[in-house]
Amino acid sequence: MSGLLGRKIGMTSMFSEDGNSIPVTVIEAGPCKVTQIKTVEKDGYVAIQVGFDLKKAKKVNKAQKTYFDKNNLDYPKFVSEFRNVEIEGINIGDELKVDSFKEGDIVDVIGTSKGKGFQGVMRRHNFGGVGTATHGQHNRLRAPGSMGASSYPSRVFKGQRMAGRMGSDRVTVQNLKVIKILPEKNVILIKGCVPGSINSIVKIIK
Amino acid sequence: MNKVMDMVKEELKIEKPAFKSGDRVKVHVRVIEGDKERIQPFEGDVISIKGEGSSKTFTVRKVSSGIGVERIFLLNSPRISQIEVVKEGKVRRAKLYYLRNLSGKAARIKSKTI
Repeated sequence: MSGLLGRKIGMTSMFSEDGNSIPVTVIEAGPCKVTQIKTVEKDGYVAIQVGFDLKKAKKVNKAQKTYFDKNNLDYPKFVSEFRNVEIEGINIGDELKVDSFKEGDIVDVIGTSKGKGFQGVMRRHNFGGVGTATHGQHNRLRAPGSMGASSYPSRVFKGQRMAGRMGSDRVTVQNLKVIKILPEKNVILIKGCVPGSINSIVKIIK
Repeated sequence: MNKVMDMVKEELKIEKPAFKSGDRVKVHVRVIEGDKERIQPFEGDVISIKGEGSSKTFTVRKVSSGIGVERIFLLNSPRISQIEVVKEGKVRRAKLYYLRNLSGKAARIKSKTI
């Protein structure tokens, strides 16, 4: 297992060899530098921590700055961990690039979904709304319906799905196929869509 | 979108169409039946070109034994082996959907005189 951090660039489509049109997401992934290696002895679990993109020295907080300076690293803008990786032979400062993937690989992509704002129950939880638009119905079409009842339980149960903020969640999309790799541009083309808006950061896990 | 295009332009092999709305074209379509491949032509008037990049499509309309038939092709699809321009048409619109409501002599497109 390995992975990369990347930036979603947008979507387009490509043709497969047999002439089918495939929707692809263009992701600018890596190069990511290994910033820390976590071991069972020291941290209790195995992981590599990688950084992506750079930020200005004055934007880095002191704790991180000291750590990065000690290990002769640039200051990464985004840092993330990949668990259950082979840490043998990997050193701090190693560069991970898109060529760690190959065409036909199956990957998972994690991102932050687009924020939808305050949404009602029909949009947010796929409720059906209230029956018909006619027969005396006049203003409760998209309402959640009854909850809490009267004598029993006379209260609303915890976890009742209601209206509220929707989106901006961490979303994982599993089993996406790698269609193409462009190593000189650090670009990876993945079949289908991935969560998040354009320019958002995504995590690709093999 | 432009940034996407910059990154993958070479991979997509996008070509500009060599025809316009109103032209009569003959599209040679590769048809795969089992393990055999043959070419099936589809001739008609181009009534619209839309989309961008690799998803650019064009619609060809013909009237086959009194019934209007429209087919939408992906311009850059490898399933199209050749697009032949039979006749250049003279039209004043990019989208010729009005042809759907016309029949007979009225549904003809004037050919371009040079």
